[in-house]
Amino acid sequence: MTIEEISVLSAAIAVSFGALGPGLGEGRAVAAALDAIARQPESAGTISRTLFVGLAMIETMAIYCLVVALLVLFANPFVK
Amino acid sequence: MKSPLIVEPMFHIGPVPVTQPVVATWVIMAVMVLGALLLKRHLKQRPGKVQVVAELVTGALDDQIRDVVQSDPAPYRVLIGTIFLFVLIANWSGALPGVEPPTAHLETDAALALMVFVATLYHGVRSNGFIGYLKTFAQPTWVMIPLNLVEQITRTFSLIIRLFGNVMSGVFVIGIMLSLAGLLVPIPLMALDLLTGAVQAYIFAILGCVFIGAAVSEGREAGSPERSAP
Repeated sequence: MTIEEISVLSAAIAVSFGALGPGLGEGRAVAAALDAIARQPESAGTISRTLFVGLAMIETMAIYCLVVALLVLFANPFVK
Repeated sequence: MKSPLIVEPMFHIGPVPVTQPVVATWVIMAVMVLGALLLKRHLKQRPGKVQVVAELVTGALDDQIRDVVQSDPAPYRVLIGTIFLFVLIANWSGALPGVEPPTAHLETDAALALMVFVATLYHGVRSNGFIGYLKTFAQPTWVMIPLNLVEQITRTFSLIIRLFGNVMSGVFVIGIMLSLAGLLVPIPLMALDLLTGAVQAYIFAILGCVFIGAAVSEGREAGSPERSAP
């Protein structure tokens, strides 16, 4: 395998595993937030604001993987 | 496929290359400044429709900032509000044909996050004094000093990467969909992109607000036990 083929493969692996963890985490976070809103509808505003900030934090992990994949594809230091 | 990390210059002014994000940023800045001036000129005691909307936006911003900072929002309103509106307009400018959002390039996001970083330092020093702000880095114990220093850098960096990654991935996905199926298929993705853009603008502003609020309130908490101690 040449270095380009390995790069493409590793970019796909990085994005796929990087999407897995945040996906599970975001699912749990949303489920917990829905549960909390169902119990206390009056505090829905606070909960959803915290939820959005938290989701963005979790999503950052997936975005990091995406950026690493893009670096591997477009700015690979080992490809001449 | 074009790399999203490299920007080609559009034209040159003398020896300075000017790229598309720079032009888009300046146009957005001009629109915001002109809009603000027009709005300011027509301020009335009995507000018209436009003024009501503007007051609504300002009031909502104030409420959010007050919730996060737990104090008067006046010192932070200008910075946080401008950052929010700029990022929002920049993210949504991708919906115009031929315009790529300037936030889809690393440099714009880096400049915005750097402004938040400097504002954090400024407000921390302003409300706690220089020595008082330095003391907050040793907040629970002095062991935390390296971690707190690293945190300052990494959270600014993650602020950059978060906005860049989200907006750029939206542009990228729409580009890929366009090359696969041109007509009407990318529209749901563009709608999703508008939602992501709004959420990311909100997140960027709120996180900047959280950082500034932490810099201000940490000193307050660190200062109070020392003052009460004999």
